[in-house]
Parts: sequence; C-alpha cells; structure tokens
Amino acid sequence: MSDCEPLAALLPIQLTVNGQHHLLQLPPWLTLLDLLRDQLDLVGTRKGCDHGQCGACTVLRNGRRVNACLTLAVMCDGDTLTTIEGVAQGGTLHPLQQAFIRHDAFQCGYCTPGQICSALGLASEGRAHTRDEIREGMSGNLCRCGAYSNITAAVEEALPLMNGQGGCRP
Amino acid sequence: MTPFTYAKPSSIDQAVQLAGPGARFIAGGTNLLDLMKENVARPAQLIDINDLPLRDISPTPDGGLRIGALVSNAELAWNTLVEQGYPLLAQAILAGASPQLRNMASTGGNLLQRTRCLYFYDTATPCNKRAPGSGCPARDGLNRNHAILGASPLCVAVHPSDMCVALAALEARVIVRGRSGERCVAFADFHRLPGDTPERDNTLADDELILAIELPAPRFAAYSHYLKVRDRASYAFALVSVAAALELDGSAIRTLHVALGGVAHKPWRDAALERQVVGQPATADTYTHFADSLLRAARPLPGNVFKVRLARNAIVRALIQAQRGKCQ
Repeated sequence: MSDCEPLAALLPIQLTVNGQHHLLQLPPWLTLLDLLRDQLDLVGTRKGCDHGQCGACTVLRNGRRVNACLTLAVMCDGDTLTTIEGVAQGGTLHPLQQAFIRHDAFQCGYCTPGQICSALGLASEGRAHTRDEIREGMSGNLCRCGAYSNITAAVEEALPLMNGQGGCRP
Repeated sequence: MTPFTYAKPSSIDQAVQLAGPGARFIAGGTNLLDLMKENVARPAQLIDINDLPLRDISPTPDGGLRIGALVSNAELAWNTLVEQGYPLLAQAILAGASPQLRNMASTGGNLLQRTRCLYFYDTATPCNKRAPGSGCPARDGLNRNHAILGASPLCVAVHPSDMCVALAALEARVIVRGRSGERCVAFADFHRLPGDTPERDNTLADDELILAIELPAPRFAAYSHYLKVRDRASYAFALVSVAAALELDGSAIRTLHVALGGVAHKPWRDAALERQVVGQPATADTYTHFADSLLRAARPLPGNVFKVRLARNAIVRALIQAQRGKCQ
C-alpha cells in the first residue's frame, strides 16, 4: 500500500470481535490478520508464515476456524470473530487452555493461540474422536518446537469437556 | 499486495457484467490472496461473489447432485448426500489442504487453483505460465514434483487439486455463466494441457463464472477409493494421487474409472483405455496391466522418474482398495 492511495479506497466494515462491536474504514487489501494485530491491538493472533501454511493466525470466523492471513478484512463485513483474547471468560481460563497448561503443550508459545483456536474449531466440527483423528484435525497448525504429542494430549483431554462446542462466545 | 478495487455484486448477472481481463472473482481466496501476496497475481479489481446464491447442495432430476460454487470444501466433504453417494469425493477433499483452508476454500475456487510449481511462485525466475515466453526453469531444474504426462516443452507444471481428481473420475460437469449465457462443460474438458499456452489452466473465458458442479447419479458408492501419496502423512500436495471407481458384475469389471493427480497439468484419465477392461476379471493382474498401459505415455523428467513406478503401484493399490468396498 503506498502513501498516496486515495481515501476513496476505504470501505465501511462492521465486525464483532470477542463480543465487541467495531465500525471501521478499511482498504480492501488489508488482511484480517493485519487488522487484528495492527489496528485492533489483538496481537495474540500470530503472524507466522502469512501464507496459510502454519496456522498461527487461526481465528474463529462465525464459529469456524480459518486462517486470518488469507482472509481480507473487508470480506468479513457483518461477521463475528473470536480470537485467543476472547477464549477465556473474564479471569477464568477455558478448559482447553487449562489442558494446554496441564500438559505443557507448548515451548516457545508462538503457535499456541492458533493451536487453541484451531482446537476450538475442531471441537465444534465434532468429527475428531480418536487420537489419530485429533492429529489429522490439527494438521493445519505447525509447532516448530515440536510439542505435538503434548498438544494432542491436551486436546484429547479437553474435547469431552467442550461437549461438541467450541465453548466460547459465538 | 498490489492495491486493487473491490466490488461485491448481489446478483450473478451483475457479477458477470463486472468480469473482465483485469478483474478476478474471489470466494474463499485461499489461493488467490496467496498469489497476490507473492505478486504472481495482480488483479486491478476483486469481485467478491460471496453474496451470490450459490451455496446449495441439491439433488438433480436425474438422481445426481448439484453443488453450488460457493459451498466450502469442508461442507461438501461432510454433506450426508456426498458421504453416502460419493464417498470418493469426500475422501479426496479431506486428503487435501488443512481444516482451516477447507473451511474457507470454495468448490468453484478449488477448480481454479493454480499450480504450486516453485518457479511459477518465484517472480525472480522465468516461468511460461506466469510470464508467457520467458522460459521454463523447471524442465532442467527442480522437477521432482512435476508432470510425467501431457506436459509440453513450455510447461511441466501439475494441477494441485485432490477434489478435482475425484470429480474427474466421477465425470462431473461444470456449469458456468458468461455474458453470452450459460454452458455445461464436461469435467475432462474443463482443465487443459499446457501446449503452447501454459498461461491458461482451463477453458473458462474471462467473463465466465462457475455456478455449480453437477454430479451424475451415484454409481461408485460401493467400490471407490482415493489414494494420495505424499512426502508427509497430512497437509502436503500429492506426489501421485489416484481416484479409483469401480462397478462390478460378480467378479468382472462393469465400469472402471481411474483419474490421476500430481502427474499432469490436469486430472489425468484415459476413458478409451478404461473401456478396454470392461468385462475383464477384477483382479490385481487386470489392474496392473491397465496401469502399465495408462503410463505408457509417461515421459518423466530427470527428477521424477520415480513417479512412473509410484503411479503404477498406486493405481493398482487404489483399485484393490476400491474393490474391497466402501471407501476406507
């Protein structure tokens, strides 16, 4: 984006992020990931590869897990988003977050917000029941520290507690 | 990303009117936005088609299924009618991409994915597909992932889709609309071989929009299998994939359809060869003979000689798995 882009290129967008309503004026080329991080200060959603390959930017869009880096913000007009900042309820961690801590399911932590949002999506899809299905269902989230076995254990433990739901705000 | 303008039409007619050489339709955007970030695609305008009424999966009068272009890959794979009537399609979709991408990617967009050839993506190198006439470094370069069938001197890229390989085996039809009206394209005629114009992946005109995919009435629900061979167990493109579909008369073959992925510029099928095995015993010998015949046309590159043997073995295994029944 160059500095001389005309303001006319900005488009009016309404979004609900973690329960908070936003009215925004955005250029069409802004990704949802850059909007969250740079304009809404929700930096829990990570920029890893920025090409849909690592899953660090996973958020829930209308309840479904998506890669925020490959989503244009203007295409989310009217949508409801949940990022890692919206997963805990007040000061109480989500059961999935507690399971991640209990199982030591991270080392550097960079991929963790994406892992957790992805696992919430996995839970609401209701398709993963076995350990193998969890591994396959989480394959869109890379962990360079290699904490996969603990991540799988955490998700496996938390899945029944989520009762087929992401368990977070719609 | 190079700046562009954005339009969100509310009708199909409006969308088709907006279409043109500098504009691109966007649905899921999983491939197009990636290409825009890499500066491989630089549309002047994006036409967001997500408001169009193309999200239904509905039975057709002939017992088949019509799948709207905006149905996501995940919705399609998990649709009950698809799971029951076309398990091959469900299996192929779930073998591709990641759960996040499958939630985003659309049915129409899956057909329009571009090759993942490294040289196509790297704007610092020549590529006849990206910049016609500039050359093809893959032919003498890194070509492990490239075509062994149907390539041209100008391009050895492969089509990356899994879903399309199943659609080829199932003989889907693509319903498209342009400013001059609607047409129905046989799946085999939708994608094309590179020939002298590798910049063109398919036979869509600039103003044409995919409205739907139509599947004929199910014939292969009992005996089909999608086998994908790749460098890791999940979330990787195919080195070779096989969509195998059978109809059996006792122990004889009534119908055999085999489409290959990862080996050509389009899903690879040879319908004439398939007809030759009709009536033959459904045995590994028949399948091996068929695979050898299908691959007789293979012209591997220095880096992918292994793909010929791999494809042969994968075809035989996929057919044996298909014959065992119920996609597994």
